[in-house]
Amino acid sequence: MADDLSDDKPFVVGGYELKSRLIVGTGRYDTMDQMAGSIAASDADVVTVAVRREKLYDRQGKNILDALDLDRLRLLPNTAGCYTSADAVRAAKLGREILRTLGNPGSDWVKLEVLGDTKTLLPDPAQTLDACEKLVELGFKVLCYTSDCPVTAVRLKAAGASSVMPAGSPIGSGQGLLNVNNLKIILEYLKGDDPDYPVIIDAGVGTASDVSEAFELGADGVLLNTAIAHARDPIGMARAMKYAAQAGRLAYRAGRIPKRLYATASSPTEGVITTRPYGSSDLSP
Amino acid sequence: MITITVNEEPVEIAGEMTVAVMLQTVDVPPNYLAVEVNGEVVPREEHPTQIVRGGDVVEVVTLVGGG
Repeated sequence: MADDLSDDKPFVVGGYELKSRLIVGTGRYDTMDQMAGSIAASDADVVTVAVRREKLYDRQGKNILDALDLDRLRLLPNTAGCYTSADAVRAAKLGREILRTLGNPGSDWVKLEVLGDTKTLLPDPAQTLDACEKLVELGFKVLCYTSDCPVTAVRLKAAGASSVMPAGSPIGSGQGLLNVNNLKIILEYLKGDDPDYPVIIDAGVGTASDVSEAFELGADGVLLNTAIAHARDPIGMARAMKYAAQAGRLAYRAGRIPKRLYATASSPTEGVITTRPYGSSDLSP
Repeated sequence: MITITVNEEPVEIAGEMTVAVMLQTVDVPPNYLAVEVNGEVVPREEHPTQIVRGGDVVEVVTLVGGG
């Protein structure tokens, strides 16, 4: 982050200190070059990747690992596309093996995502909790995608998740933060007596103001992909996200004023040289 | 020839061979891959010794873009 945030407390997830509070995905880009340029413009130092079967013969084009600067970036493998705890554990183990052999330092962490519905891509809370428990048992540092349900968030933290990552809105929907009240409750319940516990808003971001809003609420990080990858100008949007994260974090640290129903004048009310045309401009009964 | 299953497709290979030898036939750099045989991840260090036998179910995966 910028020098303005050089005195910010470190962003530590699963024992790793991240330089940026923005984590970005590597999916849905038109080209590998566009992806690499967008990651660089976002200033993120952690990127998510998926575990997949790839065409093993007569392969065309580059592997994503050829396009990512592995000296600078830490990979966070996800379990995207898994609908059962067993599949998610399997995907996590395979991702760990690739990272281990690449020598990437994040090899023992995983973004756990166990879906329950193909249309909304909402998480399955029962399968997610089961997978979280099993992965923690296997020594994984689990960054756990979940809905904005506070009860599920508390259960996942209790199960040993290194970070709970509630969705702002459905994956790739660009609807921003739909239930700010629930996100506030999650932040309060997870961080109230454990202020350094990292809560990351994952999914649903549509544009820069959504990122600022998440940080203004007190989120420690934001994870996004489609909002950059499918913007008209992905590299330009990545830059916007970088500054939005900084602005939101600075605003959070500075402390916003409370929202009030009525106005409070910014200019002194004493010594005014005006008159009120109807005797009084107070409309209230 | 023996038949194994690789990523859910039947594949004929010359005979029993190590995972490392089997991987020589694919076009992906081996350090970009993770291999599972019959549901268990085979650590890279064991690729030169673990034998693939007829009927084995092999999964070979890599990393791709994702969110």
